[in-house]
Amino acid sequence: MSLARLWAIMRKELIQVRRDRITLALVVGVPVMELLMFGYALNAVTDHIATVVFDESSTASSRAFAQSFHNTDYFTIVRWTPSREDAMRAIDAGEAKVALIIPANFGDQVLGGRPATAQLIVDGSDPSVAQTAMFSGGLISQVQSGAVTVEALNRLGQSSNSRGGIDLRPVVLYNPRMLSVKFMVPALIGLVLQMQGVLLTALAVVRERERGTLEQLIVSPVKSGELMLGKILPNIVLCLFSTVMTLVIARVLFNVPVVGSTVELLLLTLPFLFGTLGIGLAISVVARNQAQALQMTMFTLLPSILLSGFLYAREGMPLIFQWISLAIPMTYYLQILRGVILKGVGIEVLWPQTLALTVFAVVVMGVSVTRFRKTIE
Amino acid sequence: MTTDDAPAIEVHGLTKRFGDRIAVNDVTFDVKRGEVFAFLGPNGSGKSTTIRMLCGILAPTEGTGRVLGYDIRTEQEYIKQNIGYMSQRFSLYEDLSVRENLEFYAGIYAVPRASLAARVTELIAMAGLQGREDQLTAHLSGGWKQRLALGCAIVHRPPLLFLDEPTAGVDPVSRREFWTMIHELAANGVTVFATTHYLDEAEHAARVAMIHGGVLTALATPADFKAHYLHGKLFAIRSADTLRTLAMLQQRTDLSDVSLYGDAIHVLMQTGDREDLESALRAAGITGATVEVIAPSLEDVFISLMKRP
Ligand SMILES: Nc1ncnc2c1ncn2[C@@H]1O[C@H](COP(=O)(O)OP(=O)(O)O)[C@@H](O)[C@H]1O
Ligand SMILES: [Mg+2]
Repeated sequence: MSLARLWAIMRKELIQVRRDRITLALVVGVPVMELLMFGYALNAVTDHIATVVFDESSTASSRAFAQSFHNTDYFTIVRWTPSREDAMRAIDAGEAKVALIIPANFGDQVLGGRPATAQLIVDGSDPSVAQTAMFSGGLISQVQSGAVTVEALNRLGQSSNSRGGIDLRPVVLYNPRMLSVKFMVPALIGLVLQMQGVLLTALAVVRERERGTLEQLIVSPVKSGELMLGKILPNIVLCLFSTVMTLVIARVLFNVPVVGSTVELLLLTLPFLFGTLGIGLAISVVARNQAQALQMTMFTLLPSILLSGFLYAREGMPLIFQWISLAIPMTYYLQILRGVILKGVGIEVLWPQTLALTVFAVVVMGVSVTRFRKTIE
Repeated sequence: MTTDDAPAIEVHGLTKRFGDRIAVNDVTFDVKRGEVFAFLGPNGSGKSTTIRMLCGILAPTEGTGRVLGYDIRTEQEYIKQNIGYMSQRFSLYEDLSVRENLEFYAGIYAVPRASLAARVTELIAMAGLQGREDQLTAHLSGGWKQRLALGCAIVHRPPLLFLDEPTAGVDPVSRREFWTMIHELAANGVTVFATTHYLDEAEHAARVAMIHGGVLTALATPADFKAHYLHGKLFAIRSADTLRTLAMLQQRTDLSDVSLYGDAIHVLMQTGDREDLESALRAAGITGATVEVIAPSLEDVFISLMKRP
């Protein structure tokens, strides 16, 4: 291993990255775009959520409670429905996103100073709407539980000494897991990273094969190990750079900060990166041109999106797919991302995932390096 | 084995098969130190395959070979450090500047830091690229690229230089300048092994090996080729009615090669003399035709060699 040769290759790669618009776009443009696209689609401004009300209680307190929803900017009552079924149909038909169901005993409970219950039925198919509805609905009922009760009691000339209140029970339809920005942003970081890592590495080698410079390198005293490291190390730096960039975007634009330690997250990212770059190297051995490399990269992304828990909970999948997902690095990396970013846990909890990624990285790198060496020596 | 007095290249029975296709078939030759040696053959004749085996990046199916005294099967690492190689398409990084390309290859061949800057400047001067050091290689014309590729191939001052069709797709002026540079290198003791399918180019070499279908058909100096390999005498015939003359000559069976070169017709006659041709032309009613004996070019020799069974 000659450091001079390694450095010559790394330096060349970095110059090329700087000059190559496609690579630059891949490193900077794609992560930003992908985050913005997904993020904003999920985070669309949600106010004036169409709401229907089924007020079975039909009392002054229940009407006041419903009206307080309308008085905020979050909800707009579009209709008062005559039945619960009618309210549900309104959601099914898309007429409303939210139905507020106030039961018959609501007024009596409030007047009696006992806890009153209302139900907020939320269409979960649009996570951002659902989240806003649940959050602001909860807030409104907390504020109103005092006001409504006091007002009702005052009207009856009684003093309020009871501990009543309104309990709003949310029910989320269609998307009970509430895939939201918070949930998706960490996953997007993983997706961006995998696409970038695989593609950058595969392209870096395939491009040289296409242009004939690989042959020139093979005739030179460069060792295959130097060539591989020289190509992989700059990519690791680039990928870490875009990880940090996406974390900043997540924090600034989507208000998803890293609850745990960012440094720890980057460290736990390394085994995932090595595995990913190993896949890129494996592709570069097989792919004859850049188009093929791109296709194969997209192909490796599919299982990572479908089976890793990126979109669908793994627990809900058929057993066979759950097993398959155990062989996909993204499965573990997602748990690491969500763990550190959302829950603030670290290696003390995430070591099994880290171990799995490390094993994967060692195996894939080992195989790729051997195959790569065979093709160039 | 000491490497300094060994021939630059010696191969015996070198053979390469790809499946059941024989790309190189039982080739034996050697190249002396300091010699400019040309490997001449049409496309697909096995030139690149031979070079790859000599550089140690392709294992021969059969046969043995030594390059600078190192075994091409087992001592590839030593060979790689001591040769320069310019591949069929100039293997430059188009998105790197002239200087960056040279510096990259200097790094790859571990040119010492102390002498690197001077060496790069020297090569830029040699290639006539002063003032273009920071230009991207993609924007250079074919001739510049070719000279830069040569510069990259010799950045570490290798004693042996392999050139695989180094002048393909380059204009005639650049080709001549390129060969001038090659001769300067040879004058400084560098051995040059060049493949080409341009016949006129082979005349730059001290010795020429002709390869056809993977078989080495002849090996000699250009002068020897012209003196010995051509069977018969070569004549140039000019007349007012070239096409009619051509038709008439093509009827004759004692002429082995009749072809048009500009306004002249070249014919190769096994036996017979100028008078025979002149009387034949007169008999056919063609008057005012001139017939002269001409010195053959390598191309004439090559075509005659290829037509032989
Ligand atoms: N890697 C390979 N696999 C199969 N056939 C090959 C390979 N390389 C060269 N050949 C064949 O070997 C023959 C000689 O090729 P090559 O040495 O490239 O010829 P040249 O350089 O003289 O044009 C050709 O018929 C070519 O198709
Ligand atoms: Mg060739």
